[in-house]
Amino acid sequence: MAETADPMSGQPAGGRDGARQPDTASPTPLRLELSHVSKSFGGVRVLEDVSFHLGHGEVVGLLGDNGAGKSTLIKIITGVHRPDEGEIRFNGQRVEGLSVPKARALGVETVYQERALAEQLPLWRNIFMGRPLSGPLGFLRVTEMRRATEELMGESMGFTSAALMSNTSVTGLSGGERQGLAIVRALHFQADIIILDEPTMGLSLKETEKLLHFVEGIRAAGKSAIFIDHNIFHVYAVADRIVVLDRGRVAGEFPTSRYSLEELMDIMREVASGGTYTEAERYRADEGRAATADAAGDVA
Amino acid sequence: MSARATTVASRRRSIGTLLAPWASQIGITAAFVLLWAVFVVLAPRTFLDFPIYQSFAQTTPFFAIVAMLLTMVIVAGDIDLSFGSTMSLGMVGFVAVWKATGSVELGIAAALAVGVTCGLFNGLVVTYIGIPSLVVTIGTQFLYRGLAVALVSGKQFPLVATSSSPSYDLLVGKLFGIPMEFVWLILIAIATWLLLNRHRLGQNAYSIGDNAQASALMGIPIRRTRITLFVLVGAAAAFAGLLNSLQVVNYYPAVGDGYLLPTLAAVFVGGTSVFGGRGSVWGTFLGAFMIGGISAGLVAIGLSDYYPQVVYGAVVLVSVSIHALLRRRFEY
Repeated sequence: MAETADPMSGQPAGGRDGARQPDTASPTPLRLELSHVSKSFGGVRVLEDVSFHLGHGEVVGLLGDNGAGKSTLIKIITGVHRPDEGEIRFNGQRVEGLSVPKARALGVETVYQERALAEQLPLWRNIFMGRPLSGPLGFLRVTEMRRATEELMGESMGFTSAALMSNTSVTGLSGGERQGLAIVRALHFQADIIILDEPTMGLSLKETEKLLHFVEGIRAAGKSAIFIDHNIFHVYAVADRIVVLDRGRVAGEFPTSRYSLEELMDIMREVASGGTYTEAERYRADEGRAATADAAGDVA
Repeated sequence: MSARATTVASRRRSIGTLLAPWASQIGITAAFVLLWAVFVVLAPRTFLDFPIYQSFAQTTPFFAIVAMLLTMVIVAGDIDLSFGSTMSLGMVGFVAVWKATGSVELGIAAALAVGVTCGLFNGLVVTYIGIPSLVVTIGTQFLYRGLAVALVSGKQFPLVATSSSPSYDLLVGKLFGIPMEFVWLILIAIATWLLLNRHRLGQNAYSIGDNAQASALMGIPIRRTRITLFVLVGAAAAFAGLLNSLQVVNYYPAVGDGYLLPTLAAVFVGGTSVFGGRGSVWGTFLGAFMIGGISAGLVAIGLSDYYPQVVYGAVVLVSVSIHALLRRRFEY
């Protein structure tokens, strides 16, 4: 696929711009914090003692092969699965029995690409899927929802085609447009944590650029995002920090301000071939930094 | 508009795209008009006169009422094959309570309560034990019918004494010459349309039927929605059983037997997808009258009694094919 590898747009040479501050020792509690989370399915350990955190206005890239546990981790954050062990904190508050509605109420919104769209249904029903605007007896405020959808289509999605209406079904949309619909749905509901699950899959180069631009917008709005992808080029381009999962464990955390794309690619290769990453002092120093951040979150 | 947007628009904009959301309903309406025109041309004396429509208006609602709510169940990706038996079991409730209390109104309430219970049972087994509704409702079809037959020991009950009650006229009387069955059908059709298209229940039903996984991710109450839909079909079936039995002022335990296929045919002829996520109350309404009109129409045309099945089959296949072709042309 031509659109996957684009080092030119994917790698601003010379590391990150200095504006991005690491979230170390931030006085406000972390947006999201998972500590020592484990999860098994039918005796198979899918996640093993995973700790993960996400700061305000931070974009974290989650990388790992198939079966590394990325999607299980995401499903724990979104409340689909309950962890067997470990705890989850949102804004410093410990949350028990996280469910999908609870996670959504806490501001977690997932962009599951087209998997989360009802294809035969019109755009407005998709935008408001699971939480339609309705009156006291449960009757829908259709006009309002359609108007809101049309506004979003024009302003946020850039759907200018006159033939695309709020009652057009999703089957009439291109892959990029579907992605846009899912993203705009997340934004419309004022999500604090936006989870992008393989968002670049099947997108053209141009559509991918648009998507990456959108991810920048999440940070600019002070929201946080978790960006899951196979493609390190896409993740590196926008993430503040990259977390590498391998066979259910965190193989390492790498702030993009301190690691070049080449270094990270080497690390990824090492993880893929040898299991865990055991590079020298530099990584150890970063690990220490991450631990400090964890501690800061615990106190708050 | 930018140059790019213009090309996108001109590539996309066509009458077809604009009509796409309505293609299915336009198709079924055209098929309905066509079938009616055929009958009018071949049997003008019958089909240009009022009595045959009065007859349709009385007999079609017996299954069309169930077909309305069944449309919602099928939109949500489930199916209910037990409603014919629920019609009968509900009437057992009516007979028991009416005999015991002498009140037709309490009997009606009992019948509806039995219908709700039957639907609830279907829904609970489907969602909590996790058996496909097709299988569960084949089972409960036998169960409910068997219970009805056993409870009345296979006997019939004359209901002539109910006809002096005002509720009798309300259910199966006439309103300005229009059979009340038809009035009820219209009311239920409007209510179903509102529920399916303008209510959270319908929004959730569409989402579940289209993409159950996504619905779960979006926090839609899947179990509650599916159970509610089964309950509504159960209540509708009990109500249809009441209309049917009161109309002939007789309860026989086989009531509702034979409505299964016409009801399903009405739903599918109307363009509701067996895979869920797509359905139309208007389509089911027209589909019911197409199915309901064929038998009388053929008799009026002068074809022998042996042909209706052939025509049923043809109408079902042609309508469903029209829907499939329209779908491919406009939406995929």
